Amino acid sequence: MSLPAIRRVSGTARPLTGDDIDTDRIIPARFLVSVTFDGLGAHAFEDDRRGAKTRGETHAWDDARFFGAALLLVNRNFGCGSSREHAPQALLRGGIRAVVGESYSEIFFGNSVAIGLPCVTLPHEAMAALQALVAGDPATMLALDLGTKTLAAGEATFPVAMPENARQAFLSGNWDGTSMLLDRYDEVEALAKRLHYVTGF
Amino acid sequence: MGRSLLSKVWDLHAVRKLPTGQTQLFVGLHLVHEVTSPQAFAMLKENGWTVAFPSRTVATVDHIIPTLSLARPFADAEAEEMLVSLQRNCRDFGVPLYDLGAPEQGIVHVVGPELGFTQPGMTIACGDSHTSTHGAFGALAFGIGTSQVRDVLASQCLAMDPMKLRRIDVTGRLASGVYAKDVILAIIRTLGVKGGVGYAYEYGGEAVDAMSMDERMTLCNMSIEGGARAGYVNPDATTFEYLKGRPAAPKGEAWDRAVAWWFSMASDADAAYDDRVTLDGAALEPHVTWGINPAQSTGVTGRVPRAPDATPEARAQVAEALEYMGFTGGEAIAGTKIDVAFIGSCTNGRLSDLREAARVVKGRKVAKGVKALAVPGSNAVRAAAEKEGLDAVFRDAGFEWRGAGCSMCLAMNPDRLEGRQVCASSSNRNFKGRQGSPTGRTLLMSPAMVAAAAVAGEVTDVRPLLGGGR
Ligand code: SF4
Repeated sequence: MSLPAIRRVSGTARPLTGDDIDTDRIIPARFLVSVTFDGLGAHAFEDDRRGAKTRGETHAWDDARFFGAALLLVNRNFGCGSSREHAPQALLRGGIRAVVGESYSEIFFGNSVAIGLPCVTLPHEAMAALQALVAGDPATMLALDLGTKTLAAGEATFPVAMPENARQAFLSGNWDGTSMLLDRYDEVEALAKRLHYVTGF
Repeated sequence: MGRSLLSKVWDLHAVRKLPTGQTQLFVGLHLVHEVTSPQAFAMLKENGWTVAFPSRTVATVDHIIPTLSLARPFADAEAEEMLVSLQRNCRDFGVPLYDLGAPEQGIVHVVGPELGFTQPGMTIACGDSHTSTHGAFGALAFGIGTSQVRDVLASQCLAMDPMKLRRIDVTGRLASGVYAKDVILAIIRTLGVKGGVGYAYEYGGEAVDAMSMDERMTLCNMSIEGGARAGYVNPDATTFEYLKGRPAAPKGEAWDRAVAWWFSMASDADAAYDDRVTLDGAALEPHVTWGINPAQSTGVTGRVPRAPDATPEARAQVAEALEYMGFTGGEAIAGTKIDVAFIGSCTNGRLSDLREAARVVKGRKVAKGVKALAVPGSNAVRAAAEKEGLDAVFRDAGFEWRGAGCSMCLAMNPDRLEGRQVCASSSNRNFKGRQGSPTGRTLLMSPAMVAAAAVAGEVTDVRPLLGGGR
């Protein structure tokens, strides 16, 4: 079984400013009852977007200048709140391939790893500079490299961080839990044959 | 040094050490229901994977089932879609399904044991926190998330971190009117809702040895509410007696071999534990929660705490709970008025639970203004209860006798609290809004205590209402 490694993510970025953006804001709870993850992308940030519209503003997710962005730029404690996997799924289904932020809730980070969405961190000042750069020129091309732990943005290069085990999981392809478990499936079958209750005692 | 059931079962099911440092653990029984499986099945389809061991997989439908009418389509379009997609997925992937209306259908943690699928020495997984229930049989049972449901469907395996083991001895005999529910509420109250993080709990001691399987399931069911990843009781004669003759239990000579093997999986007398806790079972009284997590409980003769009396770390939490629950602090828990009484759930929706509650309500009437529900945990429980005439006992007392399902345990079907209603509930979670109203209030207690509250219209000690011994 081939394991898809994730080393580089490049493309334009979408800046989403604000600390403590919780999972309910990323994907409101009423969309969780749906039976598939398809379509979650369309509802990402729905309530925040509505709120912005009624105030006569444009939410970053609706801002046409950032359409097609592959990276999401966020601030502190992104993804706090519930443990559901729907939040990173909504971002992934909305076209996001990597998140760059100041910090994440632990569970959001873990769920993101499990679905192949790398989340890296950089310090507050660097993020402020990065968000300003992208807001000023939405066409700025970014390139995240998990191998060198760097993020290139236009002329600038920022060092980024990610917990080492997660980084290795992406680089080796072991972020995909299911593929990892299927990797040596013959051993699974062999073990099952040794279990009395599987063979009928 | 001897070995524990945890280490025997773990080693037997360990496939290999994963590159992540975790252990790849084979899952002997995978229980599937409608809420956490659709996305997992969808991911299988996306990746072109099949279900690895359909023969070790069993599905039923429980969370979304309306308990008043099974007329299709359900009034809730999303509930209808969940059921339809479960039916389609089970058909497409060859997973056996105990479908709506089937005599075997019911809450997944009631059905698995009832049909004899749950057996000692197994690893069991299900996309539901209360999977720990199955530990009552001496199985290692884990609640898992949706991506793990996908893992188990596709590979029959989980990537697991090792656990420590805490032995909890409940000494002495429980008094009449004191049940497994009171034992587990007392354990969680003592050790806290996070006390079990990183641990599996092994329950034992005289009081646990004397428990029926129904009671052991109640005990293990709420292990997760104490933060433990799993909880179990070593298999013994009570376990084997329960399993004998169940549809999925071994038969004939295989039965004898199975019993010998199951027995060998129990913890050795000199097994090693990372921690030990002892609780005096004989001293326990019926418990009632007063707050918004299952550790916030008191004996029925006790009082709701006052925030200033709490430890500095707990003070804000206590104050928050008191405010939400509408207590000032310091009042006796007995006498708390209730609006709704709910008997049911995977914690306490089995035949013996209904029997104990029926003993209390027999010849009495539900208090004016109280809505009382008796909801069997499965169709089989319902049929058995009706055969004994328990339905008539409940109905005569003014209870509604409902169809099987999760019902008012959580807000995924039409049974819900309204506004700030207070519910005496035999379920397992008293979190804010758990029973469907964002401001609804839950008081957890045993089914007999719920029955007593239903007839009194307020929290009351069930012990004087129970004539004679157990
Ligand atoms: S009865 Fe409640 S806790 Fe048990 S499976 Fe159903 S919803 Fe979950």
